[in-house]
Amino acid sequence: MALNESEMETMVYERPEALTNGITHYCPGCTHGTAHRLIAEVIDEMGLRDKTIGVASVGCSVFAYNYFDFDFVQAPHGRAPAMATGVKRVLPDRIVMTYQGDGDLASIGMAEIVHAAARGENISVFFLNNANYGMTGGQMAPTTLPGQKTTSSPNGRDVETQGYPIKVSELLSTLDGASYVVRRSLHDAKNIRLAKKAIRMAFETQVRGLGFSMVELLSICPTNWGMTPLNSLQWLEEKMVPYYPLGDYKVHPAVAEIKI
Amino acid sequence: MARELMKGNEAVAEAAVRAGVEAYFGYPITPQTELLEYMSRRMPELGRAFVQAESELGAINMVYGAACTGKRVMSSSSSPGVSLMLEGISYIAGTEIPMVMVDVMRGGPGLGNIAPAQADYNQMVHGGGHGDYRPIVLAPASVQESVDLTVLAFDLADKYRSVAVVLTDGSLGQMMEPCELPPMQPLKTSFPEWSVTGSEGRERRSLSSINLDPSMQEEMNFRLMRRWQEVEANEVRYKEYFMDDAQFVVTGFGSSGRVALTAVRAARAEGIKVGLIRPITVNPFPIKVYAEIVKKVEGILVVEMNAGQMLEDVLAATKYQTPIEFFARMGGIVPFPDEVLNEIHRMVKGPLTTEGHPRDRWLNRTAHKK
Repeated sequence: MALNESEMETMVYERPEALTNGITHYCPGCTHGTAHRLIAEVIDEMGLRDKTIGVASVGCSVFAYNYFDFDFVQAPHGRAPAMATGVKRVLPDRIVMTYQGDGDLASIGMAEIVHAAARGENISVFFLNNANYGMTGGQMAPTTLPGQKTTSSPNGRDVETQGYPIKVSELLSTLDGASYVVRRSLHDAKNIRLAKKAIRMAFETQVRGLGFSMVELLSICPTNWGMTPLNSLQWLEEKMVPYYPLGDYKVHPAVAEIKI
Repeated sequence: MARELMKGNEAVAEAAVRAGVEAYFGYPITPQTELLEYMSRRMPELGRAFVQAESELGAINMVYGAACTGKRVMSSSSSPGVSLMLEGISYIAGTEIPMVMVDVMRGGPGLGNIAPAQADYNQMVHGGGHGDYRPIVLAPASVQESVDLTVLAFDLADKYRSVAVVLTDGSLGQMMEPCELPPMQPLKTSFPEWSVTGSEGRERRSLSSINLDPSMQEEMNFRLMRRWQEVEANEVRYKEYFMDDAQFVVTGFGSSGRVALTAVRAARAEGIKVGLIRPITVNPFPIKVYAEIVKKVEGILVVEMNAGQMLEDVLAATKYQTPIEFFARMGGIVPFPDEVLNEIHRMVKGPLTTEGHPRDRWLNRTAHKK
């Protein structure tokens, strides 16, 4: 007997092709999984999977190449934008992306990211900012908020001796070589949707050869923050978003014309 | 083909171009900079990649990325810059992908100076970067040899999935000599099965130097060392001069080997039966050659432009069975042939000993120098 239409199974949510079936090693509640999925969905939608080469970094996402189902290389700490430059310069028709955390990109890799942006390298950078070093156990990062307690700022980050956080999107937006630099957040459904649109724009920028694109994604680290995932999301919204305002920091006029 | 008068650094660059290098990434540092400058003009002209990086760290990691695609890639630098690149070189070795590195050595340690020296021998031959890996290290002594060994470096790097180093110095890099350049090779059209190029039409690939599982890491360590054994078995290269009837031997690599040859010729003119051994591959080191001559000669003089770095390898190869003397200039000073000739005279006159360390005797002899 034929099923009538309302009884047929309809797939509404499945694993993107650009993700492997592997189980990630990320902590429960971590937003890396969200970010991975958004990137994979966009790659699927744009049909880029077999043309994309990812560059993994050092940090919690060091094994990103086990979770994304396309070609990958894995960079030394901080050097992903340089490695991506090398790949892209010899394979200009490929799509090259880096996936980096805030310790990797904003501390040890500051020179590489600034100069990749300044050169207008035609690559896309996904920058996960969770305000601490996750993999090594929650030390102070360049992005740690003033007063925020970490394992290496146990009394809270004292700006007198430990300096101020670095606002990477704002900083890179001053460079003429940067074409698309935006900050989004992964703390609720609405912002996750906006983040996905930004990821799409970053790849669209690269596909059109319009130069350097970066999407900063405010993220949570429940394990090292010592909070439940839910409280972490709330902390992100209440503490991180005011310090790191969401928005478009650099959109080149040619990028602004892109209609998705 | 006609010979051309070329500066060492530029000749190396053109040799690399003709060997099919598809990407060059570098950073200015004296006395290497002409190589980068030459590439900045030549590579774009051929539609190949050139980037002046933000630092040596940037440059070596651009090399790392480009090398992952299986194409021929290179960088060049000089001593302090090479030190900065060693992290990346270790990663490249750990990922088992080929690259060519040119080190135009200068005086050190530290910022040192920009004059010719050979004090990067240990840095290149005995590691420098972390972990167990062995780069192939070729040491030319003329502009022509710099050209030939640059081409060879690309072939060996590909053959052994290895880092191959051309170890020159400020003198070889800056001097102009006539040389014959190789023919222009066509660029590679097929790429190894490990190349990361995008997964179109095949299973996806990834390249990395991480092995969190120690047993996997050990397996990789064994693989690297067994591959190195093949290099040792097949790729040792050296040059011998006047060795047929030699009672004494002088040995040195690169520039100091070349200066020593002039001194050996002068000694021969005086009737002294002295020969010269000049290693071309300082890694793999021609151990057997030295082990053999121990049986035939009365003494060996090691000449270097460092404080006796290759000397240790000669001592290890000869197992202290024959008297060894040492002479060096350091700090960016190239020895004069006459200085080496004096040392040959001293060796021939004796007395010679296998007791003590040759470096200590040399330091004692030069005690008057501050």
